[in-house]
Amino acid sequence: MKELSLNILDIAENSVKAKAPLTQIILTESEDLLTIEIIDNGCGMTSDIVKKVIDPFYTTRTTRKVGLGIPFFKMEAEQTGGTFEIESKAESEFPNDHGTKIKATFHKDHIDFIPLGDVVSTVTTLIQGHPDSDFLFRHVTPKGEVFLDTREIKNELGGVSLAEYEVIKWIEEYIKEQYQSI
Amino acid sequence: MKSLAELQAIKDKMKDKVVLREGSAQKRVVVGMATCGIAAGARPVLNAFVEGVSKEGLSGEVAVTQTGCIGICQYEPVVEVFEAGKEKVTYVKMTAEKAQRVITDHLKGGKVVTEYTIAAYAK
Repeated sequence: MKELSLNILDIAENSVKAKAPLTQIILTESEDLLTIEIIDNGCGMTSDIVKKVIDPFYTTRTTRKVGLGIPFFKMEAEQTGGTFEIESKAESEFPNDHGTKIKATFHKDHIDFIPLGDVVSTVTTLIQGHPDSDFLFRHVTPKGEVFLDTREIKNELGGVSLAEYEVIKWIEEYIKEQYQSI
Repeated sequence: MKSLAELQAIKDKMKDKVVLREGSAQKRVVVGMATCGIAAGARPVLNAFVEGVSKEGLSGEVAVTQTGCIGICQYEPVVEVFEAGKEKVTYVKMTAEKAQRVITDHLKGGKVVTEYTIAAYAK
Protein backbone atom coordinates (compact mmCIF):
# COMPACT_ATOMS: atom_id res chain seq x y z
CA MET A 1 0.00 0.00 0.00
CA LYS A 2 1.17 3.52 -0.77
CA GLU A 3 -0.40 5.07 2.34
CA LEU A 4 -1.13 3.66 5.79
CA SER A 5 -4.59 5.23 5.48
CA LEU A 6 -5.32 2.64 2.76
CA ASN A 7 -4.42 -0.15 5.20
CA ILE A 8 -6.78 1.42 7.73
CA LEU A 9 -9.55 1.39 5.12
CA ASP A 10 -8.80 -2.23 4.26
CA ILE A 11 -8.73 -3.43 7.90
CA ALA A 12 -11.85 -1.45 8.83
CA GLU A 13 -13.70 -3.14 5.95
CA ASN A 14 -13.08 -6.42 7.84
CA SER A 15 -14.80 -4.91 10.89
CA VAL A 16 -17.83 -3.97 8.82
CA LYS A 17 -17.85 -7.45 7.33
CA ALA A 18 -17.79 -8.82 10.89
CA LYS A 19 -21.09 -6.94 11.34
CA ALA A 20 -19.62 -4.52 13.87
CA PRO A 21 -22.20 -1.91 14.92
CA LEU A 22 -19.26 0.36 15.85
CA THR A 23 -15.72 0.52 14.46
CA GLN A 24 -13.24 2.81 16.19
CA ILE A 25 -10.16 4.12 14.41
CA ILE A 26 -7.77 5.68 16.86
CA LEU A 27 -4.48 7.26 15.82
CA THR A 28 -2.07 8.41 18.51
CA GLU A 29 1.03 10.33 17.50
CA SER A 30 4.04 11.41 19.48
CA GLU A 31 7.20 13.02 18.12
CA ASP A 32 8.59 9.72 16.84
CA LEU A 33 5.78 7.15 17.07
CA LEU A 34 2.44 6.60 15.35
CA THR A 35 0.04 4.08 16.86
CA ILE A 36 -2.94 2.92 14.82
CA GLU A 37 -5.73 1.07 16.61
CA ILE A 38 -8.79 -0.39 14.91
CA ILE A 39 -11.29 -1.66 17.45
CA ASP A 40 -14.63 -3.20 16.58
CA ASN A 41 -17.50 -4.93 18.36
CA GLY A 42 -18.19 -7.32 15.52
CA CYS A 43 -18.48 -11.10 15.63
CA GLY A 44 -14.78 -11.57 16.49
CA MET A 45 -12.70 -14.66 15.85
CA THR A 46 -11.79 -17.74 17.82
CA SER A 47 -8.15 -18.03 18.93
CA ASP A 48 -7.47 -20.57 16.14
CA ILE A 49 -8.61 -18.13 13.46
CA VAL A 50 -6.70 -15.19 15.01
CA LYS A 51 -3.49 -17.19 14.66
CA LYS A 52 -4.26 -17.80 11.00
CA VAL A 53 -5.11 -14.24 9.90
CA ILE A 54 -1.49 -13.11 10.00
CA ASP A 55 -0.76 -15.88 7.49
CA PRO A 56 -1.06 -14.59 3.90
CA PHE A 57 -2.49 -17.91 2.80
CA TYR A 58 -5.55 -17.53 5.00
CA THR A 59 -8.52 -15.47 3.83
CA THR A 60 -12.26 -15.11 4.39
CA ARG A 61 -12.86 -14.39 0.76
CA THR A 62 -14.17 -17.11 -1.47
CA THR A 63 -12.85 -15.75 -4.77
CA ARG A 64 -9.16 -16.33 -4.02
CA LYS A 65 -7.02 -18.36 -1.67
CA VAL A 66 -4.87 -15.52 -0.32
CA GLY A 67 -5.67 -12.70 2.11
CA LEU A 68 -3.01 -10.05 2.34
CA GLY A 69 -4.70 -7.25 4.29
CA ILE A 70 -3.47 -8.09 7.78
CA PRO A 71 -0.06 -9.51 6.73
CA PHE A 72 0.63 -6.27 4.80
CA PHE A 73 -0.23 -4.08 7.75
CA LYS A 74 1.87 -6.18 10.15
CA MET A 75 4.84 -6.09 7.78
CA GLU A 76 4.58 -2.32 7.32
CA ALA A 77 4.68 -1.76 11.10
CA GLU A 78 7.50 -4.23 11.72
CA GLN A 79 9.66 -2.88 8.90
CA THR A 80 9.92 0.41 10.85
CA GLY A 81 11.02 -1.45 13.99
CA GLY A 82 7.46 -1.20 15.29
CA THR A 83 5.01 -3.76 16.63
CA PHE A 84 1.73 -5.40 15.63
CA GLU A 85 -0.86 -6.96 17.93
CA ILE A 86 -4.22 -8.53 17.28
CA GLU A 87 -6.72 -9.64 19.90
CA SER A 88 -10.15 -11.03 19.30
CA LYS A 89 -13.08 -12.43 21.22
CA ALA A 90 -15.53 -14.58 19.27
CA GLU A 91 -19.21 -13.94 19.74
CA SER A 92 -19.73 -17.69 20.24
CA GLU A 93 -17.51 -17.64 23.34
CA PHE A 94 -18.14 -14.10 24.61
CA PRO A 95 -21.75 -13.24 23.73
CA ASN A 96 -21.70 -9.92 25.62
CA ASP A 97 -18.19 -8.67 24.97
CA HIS A 98 -16.91 -9.65 21.54
CA GLY A 99 -14.95 -8.02 18.75
CA THR A 100 -11.48 -7.53 17.37
CA LYS A 101 -8.74 -5.10 18.31
CA ILE A 102 -5.73 -4.43 16.12
CA LYS A 103 -2.89 -2.24 17.29
CA ALA A 104 0.16 -1.35 15.20
CA THR A 105 2.97 0.98 16.20
CA PHE A 106 5.25 2.65 13.66
CA HIS A 107 8.56 4.49 14.07
CA LYS A 108 7.99 7.63 12.00
CA ASP A 109 11.67 8.45 11.57
CA HIS A 110 12.52 5.02 10.07
CA ILE A 111 13.36 5.05 6.36
CA ASP A 112 10.76 2.35 5.67
CA PHE A 113 7.91 4.26 7.34
CA ILE A 114 5.01 4.61 4.90
CA PRO A 115 3.26 7.98 5.28
CA LEU A 116 -0.23 8.02 6.80
CA GLY A 117 -1.63 9.75 3.71
CA ASP A 118 -5.23 10.86 3.24
CA VAL A 119 -6.93 9.50 6.32
CA VAL A 120 -9.90 11.86 5.84
CA SER A 121 -10.68 10.11 2.55
CA THR A 122 -10.51 6.75 4.32
CA VAL A 123 -13.08 7.87 6.89
CA THR A 124 -15.48 9.32 4.31
CA THR A 125 -15.11 6.25 2.09
CA LEU A 126 -16.03 3.96 5.00
CA ILE A 127 -19.06 6.05 5.90
CA GLN A 128 -20.24 6.32 2.27
CA GLY A 129 -20.02 2.56 1.79
CA HIS A 130 -21.55 1.63 5.12
CA PRO A 131 -23.98 4.35 6.17
CA ASP A 132 -25.79 2.02 8.58
CA SER A 133 -22.66 1.13 10.56
CA ASP A 134 -21.10 3.55 13.03
CA PHE A 135 -17.55 4.84 13.03
CA LEU A 136 -15.59 6.72 15.64
CA PHE A 137 -12.43 8.44 14.45
CA ARG A 138 -9.92 10.04 16.78
CA HIS A 139 -6.48 11.36 15.84
CA VAL A 140 -4.41 12.52 18.81
CA THR A 141 -1.30 14.53 17.94
CA PRO A 142 1.09 16.47 20.20
CA LYS A 143 -0.58 19.67 18.89
CA GLY A 144 -4.21 18.70 19.34
CA GLU A 145 -6.95 16.29 18.49
CA VAL A 146 -9.36 15.52 15.63
CA PHE A 147 -12.62 13.71 16.43
CA LEU A 148 -15.68 12.38 14.63
CA ASP A 149 -18.46 10.04 15.79
CA THR A 150 -21.14 9.10 13.27
CA ARG A 151 -23.59 8.40 16.11
CA GLU A 152 -23.59 12.13 16.92
CA ILE A 153 -24.16 12.94 13.26
CA LYS A 154 -27.06 10.50 12.99
CA ASN A 155 -28.67 12.11 16.03
CA GLU A 156 -28.74 15.43 14.19
CA LEU A 157 -29.77 14.02 10.81
CA GLY A 158 -32.70 11.88 11.87
CA GLY A 159 -33.41 9.47 9.04
CA VAL A 160 -31.22 11.07 6.35
CA SER A 161 -28.63 8.56 5.08
CA LEU A 162 -24.98 9.25 5.77
CA ALA A 163 -24.26 8.10 2.21
CA GLU A 164 -25.90 11.24 0.79
CA TYR A 165 -23.30 13.33 -1.04
CA GLU A 166 -24.16 16.50 0.92
CA VAL A 167 -23.59 14.66 4.20
CA ILE A 168 -20.32 13.02 3.08
CA LYS A 169 -19.04 16.39 1.84
CA TRP A 170 -19.98 18.02 5.16
CA ILE A 171 -18.16 15.29 7.12
CA GLU A 172 -15.08 15.70 4.92
CA GLU A 173 -14.99 19.45 5.52
CA TYR A 174 -15.75 19.01 9.22
CA ILE A 175 -12.68 16.79 9.70
CA LYS A 176 -10.45 18.89 7.42
CA GLU A 177 -11.30 22.03 9.40
CA GLN A 178 -10.28 20.30 12.60
CA TYR A 179 -6.92 19.33 11.07
CA GLN A 180 -6.35 22.91 9.92
CA SER A 181 -7.00 24.27 13.38
CA ILE A 182 -4.43 22.10 15.17
CA MET B 1 -15.76 26.39 12.41
CA LYS B 2 -18.37 23.84 11.40
CA SER B 3 -20.70 22.62 14.10
CA LEU B 4 -22.99 19.61 14.29
CA ALA B 5 -25.95 22.02 14.40
CA GLU B 6 -25.39 22.76 10.68
CA LEU B 7 -26.57 19.24 9.94
CA GLN B 8 -30.10 20.40 10.72
CA ALA B 9 -30.05 22.48 7.52
CA ILE B 10 -28.90 19.48 5.46
CA LYS B 11 -31.63 17.40 7.07
CA ASP B 12 -34.33 19.90 6.09
CA LYS B 13 -32.97 20.19 2.57
CA MET B 14 -32.78 16.42 2.09
CA LYS B 15 -36.25 15.63 3.37
CA ASP B 16 -38.01 16.32 0.07
CA LYS B 17 -35.26 14.72 -2.00
CA VAL B 18 -35.33 11.48 -0.02
CA VAL B 19 -39.03 11.01 -0.64
CA LEU B 20 -38.47 11.55 -4.37
CA ARG B 21 -35.57 9.18 -4.47
CA GLU B 22 -36.80 6.11 -2.67
CA GLY B 23 -36.37 3.08 -4.86
CA SER B 24 -35.79 5.18 -7.92
CA ALA B 25 -32.12 4.33 -8.60
CA GLN B 26 -32.22 2.52 -11.94
CA LYS B 27 -28.46 2.23 -12.26
CA ARG B 28 -25.99 0.89 -9.76
CA VAL B 29 -22.25 1.56 -9.84
CA VAL B 30 -20.34 -0.97 -7.73
CA VAL B 31 -16.67 -0.39 -6.85
CA GLY B 32 -14.52 -3.30 -5.60
CA MET B 33 -13.03 -2.28 -2.24
CA ALA B 34 -11.14 -5.35 -1.00
CA THR B 35 -7.37 -5.34 -0.34
CA CYS B 36 -6.66 -5.82 -4.05
CA GLY B 37 -8.90 -2.94 -5.15
CA ILE B 38 -7.73 -0.56 -2.43
CA ALA B 39 -4.04 -1.26 -3.15
CA ALA B 40 -4.62 -0.67 -6.88
CA GLY B 41 -6.28 2.72 -6.31
CA ALA B 42 -10.02 2.09 -5.79
CA ARG B 43 -10.44 4.82 -3.16
CA PRO B 44 -10.00 7.81 -5.53
CA VAL B 45 -12.12 6.00 -8.16
CA LEU B 46 -14.97 5.54 -5.68
CA ASN B 47 -14.71 9.18 -4.58
CA ALA B 48 -14.75 10.35 -8.22
CA PHE B 49 -18.01 8.44 -8.81
CA VAL B 50 -19.62 9.71 -5.58
CA GLU B 51 -18.73 13.31 -6.42
CA GLY B 52 -19.31 13.12 -10.19
CA VAL B 53 -22.73 11.48 -9.94
CA SER B 54 -23.87 14.22 -7.57
CA LYS B 55 -22.38 17.04 -9.66
CA GLU B 56 -23.99 15.75 -12.86
CA GLY B 57 -27.34 15.69 -11.08
CA LEU B 58 -27.64 11.90 -11.37
CA SER B 59 -28.10 11.15 -7.65
CA GLY B 60 -31.75 10.27 -8.18
CA GLU B 61 -31.09 7.56 -10.74
CA VAL B 62 -27.59 6.26 -9.96
CA ALA B 63 -26.57 4.59 -6.69
CA VAL B 64 -22.83 4.29 -5.97
CA THR B 65 -21.98 1.36 -3.71
CA GLN B 66 -18.97 -0.70 -2.59
CA THR B 67 -18.29 -4.41 -2.62
CA GLY B 68 -15.51 -6.83 -1.70
CA CYS B 69 -13.21 -8.75 -4.03
CA ILE B 70 -14.79 -9.37 -7.40
CA GLY B 71 -12.24 -12.08 -8.21
CA ILE B 72 -10.24 -10.45 -11.01
CA CYS B 73 -7.60 -8.78 -8.85
CA GLN B 74 -5.17 -8.26 -11.75
CA TYR B 75 -7.69 -5.86 -13.34
CA GLU B 76 -8.32 -3.73 -10.26
CA PRO B 77 -9.63 -1.10 -9.72
CA VAL B 78 -12.77 -2.79 -11.08
CA VAL B 79 -16.12 -1.03 -11.41
CA GLU B 80 -19.35 -2.78 -12.39
CA VAL B 81 -22.37 -0.95 -13.76
CA PHE B 82 -25.76 -2.63 -13.32
CA GLU B 83 -28.82 -1.37 -15.11
CA ALA B 84 -32.27 -2.94 -15.03
CA GLY B 85 -32.93 -4.97 -18.18
CA LYS B 86 -29.36 -4.64 -19.47
CA GLU B 87 -26.23 -6.74 -19.26
CA LYS B 88 -23.70 -5.86 -16.56
CA VAL B 89 -20.76 -3.73 -17.78
CA THR B 90 -17.36 -4.37 -16.15
CA TYR B 91 -14.82 -1.54 -16.31
CA VAL B 92 -11.22 -2.42 -15.40
CA LYS B 93 -7.97 -0.63 -14.49
CA MET B 94 -10.05 2.38 -13.54
CA THR B 95 -8.79 5.81 -12.53
CA ALA B 96 -10.56 8.95 -11.33
CA GLU B 97 -10.21 10.43 -14.84
CA LYS B 98 -11.74 7.36 -16.50
CA ALA B 99 -14.54 7.50 -13.94
CA GLN B 100 -15.40 10.99 -15.15
CA ARG B 101 -15.81 9.71 -18.70
CA VAL B 102 -17.96 6.76 -17.59
CA ILE B 103 -20.21 9.23 -15.75
CA THR B 104 -20.70 11.53 -18.74
CA ASP B 105 -20.74 8.99 -21.58
CA HIS B 106 -22.32 5.95 -19.95
CA LEU B 107 -24.33 6.98 -16.90
CA LYS B 108 -25.53 10.25 -18.42
CA GLY B 109 -25.30 9.57 -22.15
CA GLY B 110 -26.23 5.89 -22.14
CA LYS B 111 -23.21 4.88 -24.22
CA VAL B 112 -20.83 2.24 -22.81
CA VAL B 113 -17.16 3.32 -22.85
CA THR B 114 -16.02 0.17 -24.66
CA GLU B 115 -12.29 0.82 -24.45
CA TYR B 116 -12.33 0.71 -20.63
CA THR B 117 -14.27 -2.55 -20.40
CA ILE B 118 -12.77 -5.91 -19.53
CA ALA B 119 -13.45 -7.12 -23.06
CA ALA B 120 -11.01 -4.51 -24.41
CA TYR B 121 -8.28 -5.56 -21.93
CA ALA B 122 -8.64 -9.32 -21.78
CA LYS B 123 -7.52 -9.98 -25.33
